[in-house]
Amino acid sequence: MSVLRCFSFSRGALWCVTRPHLQECTPTSRRLLSAMTQVVPPILSVTPCRALVDEKFKVLVENLPPGCPVTVRSLHHSEDKDDWEAYGHYVSDHSGVVSVSEDLSYGGTYTGKEPMGLLWSMRPVPGSRPGLRLRKMNVCTPMLVTISVHSGHEGFRDQAPLASVLTERWYMAPGIRRININEQGVQGTLFIPPGPGPFPGLLDMWGGGGGLLESRAALLASHGYVSLALDYLGFDQESENLEFKYFETAFNIIKDHPQVMPDRVGIFGLSLGSLVAVTLAAYSTIVKPCCIVCISCNHYYPARGSTVTSKFEGVTRQLSKARVNEDNQVIWKDVALEFITDPSNIAEVGRINCPTLLVNGCDDQNWPTVETAEDVARLMREAGKEHLLSRLAYPDTGHLIEPPFSPHFRATTFVMRSSKEKVILLWGGQTKPHSDAQEDSWRKILSFLQFHLYCGPNLKAKI
Amino acid sequence: MDRKQCCVKLSVQPSRGLMDEKFIVLVQNALPGSQLTIRALHQCEDGHSWEAFGHYTADTTGTINVSEDPSIRGTYSGVEQMGLLWSLRPIPGSKPGLRMRKKNIQTPMEVTISVYQGHQTEGFADLVPLSGVVVERWYMAPGVRRIPVTEGGLTATLFLPSGPGPFPGLLDLWGGGGQLVEYRAALLASHGFASMAIDYLTSKFTMETGKMVDNQYFETAYRVLQQHPQVCGSKIAMIGLSFGTSMTLKMAIYSEVIKLSAAVCISGSHVQPVEGSVEEIMGFFQKNAGKTRFNEKNEAIWRDLLLPIPTDPSLKADVGRLQCPLLLVVGEDDQNWPAQESALDIKEMMARAGNSHLLTVLSYPNAGHLIEPPYTPHARSSTFKTVEIQEKVMCLWGGQTVEHSRAQEDAWKKILVFLRENLYGGRNPTSFSHL
Repeated sequence: MSVLRCFSFSRGALWCVTRPHLQECTPTSRRLLSAMTQVVPPILSVTPCRALVDEKFKVLVENLPPGCPVTVRSLHHSEDKDDWEAYGHYVSDHSGVVSVSEDLSYGGTYTGKEPMGLLWSMRPVPGSRPGLRLRKMNVCTPMLVTISVHSGHEGFRDQAPLASVLTERWYMAPGIRRININEQGVQGTLFIPPGPGPFPGLLDMWGGGGGLLESRAALLASHGYVSLALDYLGFDQESENLEFKYFETAFNIIKDHPQVMPDRVGIFGLSLGSLVAVTLAAYSTIVKPCCIVCISCNHYYPARGSTVTSKFEGVTRQLSKARVNEDNQVIWKDVALEFITDPSNIAEVGRINCPTLLVNGCDDQNWPTVETAEDVARLMREAGKEHLLSRLAYPDTGHLIEPPFSPHFRATTFVMRSSKEKVILLWGGQTKPHSDAQEDSWRKILSFLQFHLYCGPNLKAKI
Repeated sequence: MDRKQCCVKLSVQPSRGLMDEKFIVLVQNALPGSQLTIRALHQCEDGHSWEAFGHYTADTTGTINVSEDPSIRGTYSGVEQMGLLWSLRPIPGSKPGLRMRKKNIQTPMEVTISVYQGHQTEGFADLVPLSGVVVERWYMAPGVRRIPVTEGGLTATLFLPSGPGPFPGLLDLWGGGGQLVEYRAALLASHGFASMAIDYLTSKFTMETGKMVDNQYFETAYRVLQQHPQVCGSKIAMIGLSFGTSMTLKMAIYSEVIKLSAAVCISGSHVQPVEGSVEEIMGFFQKNAGKTRFNEKNEAIWRDLLLPIPTDPSLKADVGRLQCPLLLVVGEDDQNWPAQESALDIKEMMARAGNSHLLTVLSYPNAGHLIEPPYTPHARSSTFKTVEIQEKVMCLWGGQTVEHSRAQEDAWKKILVFLRENLYGGRNPTSFSHL
């Protein structure tokens, strides 16, 4: 592509792209673009510049020369001090504009028309340590992402960006209160929306990985639910009864809160957390959840009389027999499948009496959630509870189905709790379908929660 | 407990926005046809409370969309997407003459928006709303850097947009009240302009020596901006309001050092002793203080101090010599400065000199003197103290709230487009469509 074509401003200017394969800017033209932008720089905008993590944004580049190849890139420096990036290759139109929401990316970490590709396709920058997972532990501050525009496609990182802006992605909407809970033996973090209430409530539990993750509870509070992110793996409970009591007490802390509607409290669990949801809904005589959401559902509940924590220990010990693939990634799914084939090892989900939403990925390599979902459906059908069950199953989607626009990790490092051994667990999923699943499932989860916790069918107004 | 009440869901999108961005206030799940009041409450830095409200009726789906549905009555009426902000006024019982201005622009303005049962007009503090949310309104976009400037004896603050630059520069001047007013410069930086807010009346130098600054002060500001590595030295504009207009025109026309790419003059005049120092120009206005009038509320009207517009050319900045585009913003109900009369005279002078192609005039009926960035309350009058008069006066600025607020919104958009065109060379920016 000649330099002249790139920089001609006359009406007869030709587009740089005339064939499906893009011509690259020559080093000369790139330098010229760079020099030119010393006088007339491109204008980059991200709207809104501050948003919740599940909200969309529009990335726009203006004032470029027409038909110019540029790369739009996102960069995030994580709490763990790793750098994550995503980028797309674009070509400006005749008015010198690149609109990430409207235009096609011709390559990069995502292709096609992907308004949010700069977030969900993020991955650690080349040279990073392997097996990284992006999780924000401090939800009081926003995730900072720098969006920048660079000239050219290949080797775009070689020079300084033409323009860059900072955008904030928040877990907490303004006015949300975050309260550390340490009462009646229960530990966790409570998030309360602004306003008088009363609000519906949610008990929120993540899976077997370490640490108390508050991100989803904070986000749910931003959608109007008093949410308790429960810390339940940090300590060893002495017995199953005491442990069950722990969960029931946690549930009641929400239920009894002055700003919570006591008959509108649900449970939200992912992976091991969904096992807690399911067993509470099936077995508890004390708490009656209004509805439950189970992502990557686990209903493995053997040897009644032992705690979820110790069950998990036992399971992970047995999983040491698990298959390791050629990339040295551990696949638990197949071994776990053996565990759940024995009906005496399964929670009696037919006893569940509330609306239940199951969300799972069909490429889940960590747990046989496809088979689990089928099993739960069968058991609930046999118990006459089929009308309570909704299911969402996504192709090419893995185990870690999180709120939208968070990066997909096919495999990450996992520290075994007892042995402290570090393994790389394969979660599964392909980035694009997994990210689509995160976006679609979140919307449907929110709609499910809204329907059951905010306005049930009996409250529909008579017109 | 009445479950129906709990169903009402209130949302404001975006919940965090810039001061000049629009938002959508939505009420859902209300009883169809029910009467509801949507109210905004803000406590400003001075501790005063401001409120605004509108009376609505939920439609058949139980929804109210403030950007589409009319408020029947309240502090605003009709379809007013941003009425909850621009119609804010001090709550009943507040002291008179208040004006809302944010000093600390690094934190957001927090507004609580709530929805109440029925059509309420007072006593909100004693009512429990059905729902409430908090909205943040920011002057600074993420990544905008605030840099205090003391170089060369300046009392100024530079706001740099995020990114490598270089950015076009902007010198930002306010009026006769002095002080270092940062909010407009912060907002302009959020739109891509390296903006320097300058205190030229109550600078450290003036406070310590008792002397007013001279032309060199402005030229120093210009040079500091121009030489900044992230500023495009050949693309610098100046924006002034009120007395700041006098300074802007003075520099644009007469300075050998300052070469502006564009100038924006809001609510000001070109009437000034030519080649006068800042002090002399101030003195010129003071001399005519006897022409001050008072209305029936004893509010001071100062617009006559510069009237009639002189014919003597030594008393008017020679706008015929301007070499850069000039945008004049005029409120036709300006009771503080004769902005409209001045604009007419400027137009004539430039037509005679042959440079009127540089002039754009935005003139707004029923808008007052304080034409500021949009969606902040309109003050028709407020207590004011200029650097000359050491006592506080109740000053009449003028303007009718609805039209003044519309003028602010329209003028701001056009100012941004004007600056974009002249400093970035861009046209029809798509990125302002959410404003």
